[in-house]
Amino acid sequence: MLTNFVVPDLYPAAAELFLLTMACVILVVDLFAGSARRWLTGSLTLLTLVGCAVLTYWNFGDNASLTFANMFVDDPLADFLKLLVYASVIVVLIYGRDYMAERDLDKGEYYLLVLFATLGMMVMISAYNLLAIYLGLELLSLSLYAMVAIDRDSPRATEAAMKYFVLGALASGLLLYGMSMIYGATGTLELGLVAQSVQEGVANRTILTFGLVFLVAGIAFKLGVVPFHLWIPDVYHGAPTAVTLFISSAPKLAAFAMALRLLVSSLFGLAEQWQTMLMLMAVLSIGIGNLAAIAQTNIKRMLAYSAISHMGFMLLALMSGVAGSEVDPMALINAYSSAMYYSVAYVIMSLGAFGMVLLLSRAGYEAENLEDFKGLNKRSPWFAAVMMVLMLSMAGIPFFVGFFAKFAVLLAAVAAKHVVVAVVAVMFSLVGAYYYLRVIKLMYFDPPADSAPIRAGFDVRILLSANGIAVALLGLFPDTLMMLCTATLVRSL
Amino acid sequence: MIALHHYLVLSALLFAIGVVGIFLNRKNLIVLLMAIELMLLAVNMNFVAFSHYLNDLAGQLFVFFILTVAAAESGIGLAILVVLFRNLSTIDVDKLDSLKG
Repeated sequence: MLTNFVVPDLYPAAAELFLLTMACVILVVDLFAGSARRWLTGSLTLLTLVGCAVLTYWNFGDNASLTFANMFVDDPLADFLKLLVYASVIVVLIYGRDYMAERDLDKGEYYLLVLFATLGMMVMISAYNLLAIYLGLELLSLSLYAMVAIDRDSPRATEAAMKYFVLGALASGLLLYGMSMIYGATGTLELGLVAQSVQEGVANRTILTFGLVFLVAGIAFKLGVVPFHLWIPDVYHGAPTAVTLFISSAPKLAAFAMALRLLVSSLFGLAEQWQTMLMLMAVLSIGIGNLAAIAQTNIKRMLAYSAISHMGFMLLALMSGVAGSEVDPMALINAYSSAMYYSVAYVIMSLGAFGMVLLLSRAGYEAENLEDFKGLNKRSPWFAAVMMVLMLSMAGIPFFVGFFAKFAVLLAAVAAKHVVVAVVAVMFSLVGAYYYLRVIKLMYFDPPADSAPIRAGFDVRILLSANGIAVALLGLFPDTLMMLCTATLVRSL
Repeated sequence: MIALHHYLVLSALLFAIGVVGIFLNRKNLIVLLMAIELMLLAVNMNFVAFSHYLNDLAGQLFVFFILTVAAAESGIGLAILVVLFRNLSTIDVDKLDSLKG
């Protein structure tokens, strides 16, 4: 067997290999740097991510290349999503730097766990084999469990980590059970061959459908949609805010890629079955997410429930690909690119919203209650305006990016003749507008409860402002991002 | 002769015991970790059975990876458990209730 060994083409995985090497180097550097030169680890981490971005950008081609015995795919979709992942991780590190430093949590472990989680996401995005998807997912999840518990002396954080761990392990178990059934039914682990086997009808339908149910449950957990959403509010609430910011941003892109690869690239032949499941979960998520968010007084919990409803919207687009018996390629691309557009828009808005929570926090003080946003306009009119833009965008009010994301998703749903579902989704987002507008009311019409000046580094201010402006600008020119999403999907699916 | 479906039924039973163990157990977090392990082992049995009957090695290869990841997973789980015990002085599942809303 060894005589057949061929050295794999490493070029498509250049960014992953670079990140892995640098993570090992940073591990050693951090060991010898000591606490006096702690800045070294952080700067090296940022440089590594920039290096990865350069390598990925360089690899950006028009077609897909497979390597590592068809386990790993490098296509425009993967490159595009990876670039977004690097960007959001860099933003997370910059927003969270002061927060972590004030709590003495900015040790080497934090940066290394961020890097390994990023590597996990990259593997998930580029996986072309059930095994690679599983390994990427576990690398991401195991790093996240440890990151949630990084504040060792906080009972709340450790409790959140334990809940996340148990439910995450349960979800991995479900996903794996589904994978084993799909392997049994099709006789292969490679996504392309699974798709072929399903299309040709050689696979055992009963086992396949059985596996699909478990697979969808696992994906739903990772996206955090009802009925697998129970971990989201607790983890968002309990984790240090900088970690919450991380969990709520880049992993959503990786989970989207995983859902797309598993459901669309490999189990497309079963689209009618999984679309029904996704529909149920989408409607429940939009409903329960928006209703439960109203009752929250903690802004991290509120944003957690809003994340559940946003992921429901994303599923709404994902389930609108195939309508009826014939497959219309245009409708297909439209539906999946609006799902992708929605994920990207959500990540940008979520980065901004948790960035604002971090901005108002300081040493020994967590600005995590809605009351802490009272009278923000008097303390800093500019950041109150940024927060207003973010909230209006999340609520889906016209001319911000969130509106066009919702609009594209609803168009796709109506095109797939899911009119009733679309109407229900609109009704619940109207309900949801209440709690976003409540934050604006608190900022502009209530007297400030906390009058400490807002202290933040120059880079954080610039980046947070840019984040708000991006939400507004992408709303004014929605076509640019949409065309990018469509173009990458057309070349990859 | 033991047929494929015997293995599938056995692993389905083990998997179900694991899942039920997670939801029914209200007393001890260590039992919870055991239930998770049982779920993963049930999956392994599934993979090995399929691999044997399909005459394809990929399934058995997958099992090695699952075993390794499961070890790492229990490592992290136990680490979180130790930290939790230091903070709360208990590993009772019912006591994990400070986060709600």
